[in-house]
Amino acid sequence: MAHISLTEGLPGIRGLMTFSPETTKPLTELAQVLLTGPHSLTPAEREMIATYVSSQNDCFYCQSCHGSTAAQHLGGTPEHYDFIAKMKRDFESTNLSPKMKALLNIAGKVQIGGKNVTSADIDRARHEGATDKEIHDTVLIAAAFCMFNRYVDGLATWQPVDPEIYREIGQQTSKQGYVGRDYKKPLEAIAAKQGHTNT
Amino acid sequence: MIAAHVSYRNRCDFCQLSHSAAAAAHLKGNYDLVEQIKIDPEAAAVSDKLKALLAIAGKVQLGGKQVTSDDIARARQQGATDKEIHDTVLIAAAFSMYNRYVDGLATFQPLDREAYRDMGEQLAREGYVRDRFQEDQKAAQAAQAAQA
Repeated sequence: MAHISLTEGLPGIRGLMTFSPETTKPLTELAQVLLTGPHSLTPAEREMIATYVSSQNDCFYCQSCHGSTAAQHLGGTPEHYDFIAKMKRDFESTNLSPKMKALLNIAGKVQIGGKNVTSADIDRARHEGATDKEIHDTVLIAAAFCMFNRYVDGLATWQPVDPEIYREIGQQTSKQGYVGRDYKKPLEAIAAKQGHTNT
Repeated sequence: MIAAHVSYRNRCDFCQLSHSAAAAAHLKGNYDLVEQIKIDPEAAAVSDKLKALLAIAGKVQLGGKQVTSDDIARARQQGATDKEIHDTVLIAAAFSMYNRYVDGLATFQPLDREAYRDMGEQLAREGYVRDRFQEDQKAAQAAQAAQA
């Protein structure tokens, strides 16, 4: 049970967004700016940074949503989902670009704490061609997910384990982004399981 | 105070000093109280409710899963509402972001408390969103023009 009274049937941050619309606006706008739109890092790459940090923070809901969104951006096949799982376990052994690996390394340091990012970490990213903006956005995405993960886990939100739920979320988010969506609308994968729609 | 406490625990000098200054400005300049809240909130002269909320914020700083039902029950017993608990967790989580952003890019951070006094008074008076940043930019441009 969540630590505060939230609408039933809305998993993870969705229950919190419904509880607190005034904070939802800036939070979704931040996610929109960081993870969607034109950028030298693809949406899949930026979602991978969010997924990796959420995995390191052991936030099941966030790593599942953003992992699924990344997989959907890549094509949405079972192989893409397997790739995301492998990336979370050991990104250095994947076939990601050396630049992405260097940025994920920075994100992992930020997850531990801001002061853990060393000049050597930054030099490695620069050596692989990362720009100031890419380094900046990597640090801010990683920092933002240290917030989102704490928000979702700190209030003990409902985090269902059914992968179908996260497939649906990933499909929605990869197509629609974060801003201007109805997060109160019940997910079909949850309604189907419960045999009724949660209105 | 919640922001200053979390930033202090994350050892982010810029955030803890600027939000300490803002809290002190809200408290008629009572820096001693702010210092105590940062270092040992249980011993500070604040309400039992705020102590319980600061304890939750300290848990969030470590990680979301560290917040226990007992932490929540204690806050409720001292009269905390769902909104107060929600906002405490979100403030603590947000400063777990801001602190990492500021430290993760190794920004310039003066260590002298006096350097933050005006900033704190302005934050306490005017909040965070307005043309202040534009005004700062204009002031910086004017200073540059004066030097040239």
